[in-house]
Amino acid sequence: MLEVKDLHAYYGKSHILHGVHLSVRQGEIVSLLGRNGVGRSTTIKAIMGQVQSSGSVQFKGEELMGKKAYMVARKGLGYVPENRDIFPSLTVRQNLLLGQKGRKESGRWSMEDMFNIFPRLRERAEAPAGVMSGGEQQMLTLCRTLMGDPDLVMIDEPTEGLAPKIVDQVANLFDEISKRGISILLVEQKLTIALRISQRVYVMGHGQIVFEGSPDDLRANEAVRKEWLEV
Amino acid sequence: MLNSLSYGLLLFMLSSGLTLIFSMMGVLNFAHASFYMLGAYFAYQTSTYLGFWPALIVAPAAVAFLGALTERYGLRTVHKFGHVAELLFTFGLAYIIEEFVHLLWGRAPVEYRIPPILDFSAFSIYTTQYPAYRVFMMLVSVAMLAALYLALTRTRIGLIIQASLTHPDMVEALGHNVPRVFMTVFAGGAALAGLAGVIGGNAFVTEPGMAASVGTIVFVVVVFGGMGSLAGAFVASLIIGAVQTFSVAFDYSLASILTGMGVQLDPESAWYELWKVTIAQAAPVLPYVLMVLMLIVRPKGLMGTREG
Ligand SMILES: Nc1ncnc2c1ncn2[C@@H]1O[C@H](COP(=O)(O)OP(=O)(O)O)[C@@H](O)[C@H]1O
Ligand SMILES: [Mg+2]
Repeated sequence: MLEVKDLHAYYGKSHILHGVHLSVRQGEIVSLLGRNGVGRSTTIKAIMGQVQSSGSVQFKGEELMGKKAYMVARKGLGYVPENRDIFPSLTVRQNLLLGQKGRKESGRWSMEDMFNIFPRLRERAEAPAGVMSGGEQQMLTLCRTLMGDPDLVMIDEPTEGLAPKIVDQVANLFDEISKRGISILLVEQKLTIALRISQRVYVMGHGQIVFEGSPDDLRANEAVRKEWLEV
Repeated sequence: MLNSLSYGLLLFMLSSGLTLIFSMMGVLNFAHASFYMLGAYFAYQTSTYLGFWPALIVAPAAVAFLGALTERYGLRTVHKFGHVAELLFTFGLAYIIEEFVHLLWGRAPVEYRIPPILDFSAFSIYTTQYPAYRVFMMLVSVAMLAALYLALTRTRIGLIIQASLTHPDMVEALGHNVPRVFMTVFAGGAALAGLAGVIGGNAFVTEPGMAASVGTIVFVVVVFGGMGSLAGAFVASLIIGAVQTFSVAFDYSLASILTGMGVQLDPESAWYELWKVTIAQAAPVLPYVLMVLMLIVRPKGLMGTREG
């Protein structure tokens, strides 16, 4: 479904990605792991068309390289950034509305679904999103992207700084997303939920993919974990 | 009072557009007051053929169209070279518009008049006459600003604009055409400036210097209110409007005030000339004095959030 080949990315003169290859199939959960600063977020941004890049990004058979971010999103790619870019002065409901690409709810998810999965969002529906806690904001960012009915969501470090209880809730949502036939590309640093829910994992180091395999392969491969993951 | 209010609201029609464009693009549009001037000239031209009422619609629409072109084919191209290039671009544009106005309409003021139907005194309080046109200006401004407020807070595109002011990349990643939102805001700001020109051009004078004189005042308003704050721009517009309106009628000097309090000043003393300047004479510089004081006391302006 998503096929990335020889992806290079640049911030001005600094060359960050050096030929990244990865793929995500329909309905699959794939994790992109690695230490801080290796280029995982940059990979996602390059796929979305938000950093200067070259190479090939094919989605549902169509080349996305060179397309504007809003066009990429309209093709069915969802992006949940790591910095929880909620719109703080708008209400929770308005944030969710802006996740929809058009005026009407039409996709797999309704506002009601979101409220049922995270009742907290219903309670805060009319409050400005900026006053919510970090965990609530993370849920909102995820739900907002789902409202746009993506076929594949790329989620950048969703569990960073969350309490264990909320991490479980987020993991449950991933199951729910996957059940509805949506693929997930999950960026994480910690292995906990990534190994539990993914079908395949990639490990990244210095702007390249250094390992690819199943969660069990990674569990078995102590050398890779030592060199590229553990701190 | 009415004069000050109608002038303040006029300033807000200009500063609100400038503020929205600034928060969104991070660029202070030096050509903003030129759109005001074009609004006045277009209204003058339209009114010679069709009368004032069609001009009220036609002129802002024409200015909005020019604004859209400016963003789409000017600023968007220059954007990749950074903010300084964008700033210089709007600066150059202001000069081009001024020269264009010289060429088409000459250097002298044009006969852009208040429509006769509104050219009477609405009411008078004590000895002061209140022209009906001032009341009309106020109604137009209030109606326009109320419409703007509702559009920004109640409509979907308004919410998208609000979100794009602070998080353009995120809004775009959700599938919204942010470049087009930028163009819409730029055109909308230009239309507001144009409308201000239509109703201000005949209340004051329509001449090639009007962009420069109003432009500096609007700049003062935006800095005083806090760059990027709509509420700040609103309060600052009313304050600067009041300061400019009232100070010209204030025929007292510091010397006369001091004398009134029983202090005798020696005409030979060094600062005597300064004490004798009346507030009315000082009126043109008062807004700048306020701006400088504000920058010293509170550099981010009345309600600004940005530093520096
Ligand atoms: N906006 C930026 N400008 C310049 N360099 C950046 C920018 N964002 C990230 N980088 C650099 O790119 C590299 C990869 O960053 P990133 O993709 O955020 O890593 P990760 O998400 O894996 O932690 C880092 O060295 C970082 O310093
Ligand atoms: Mg990152």
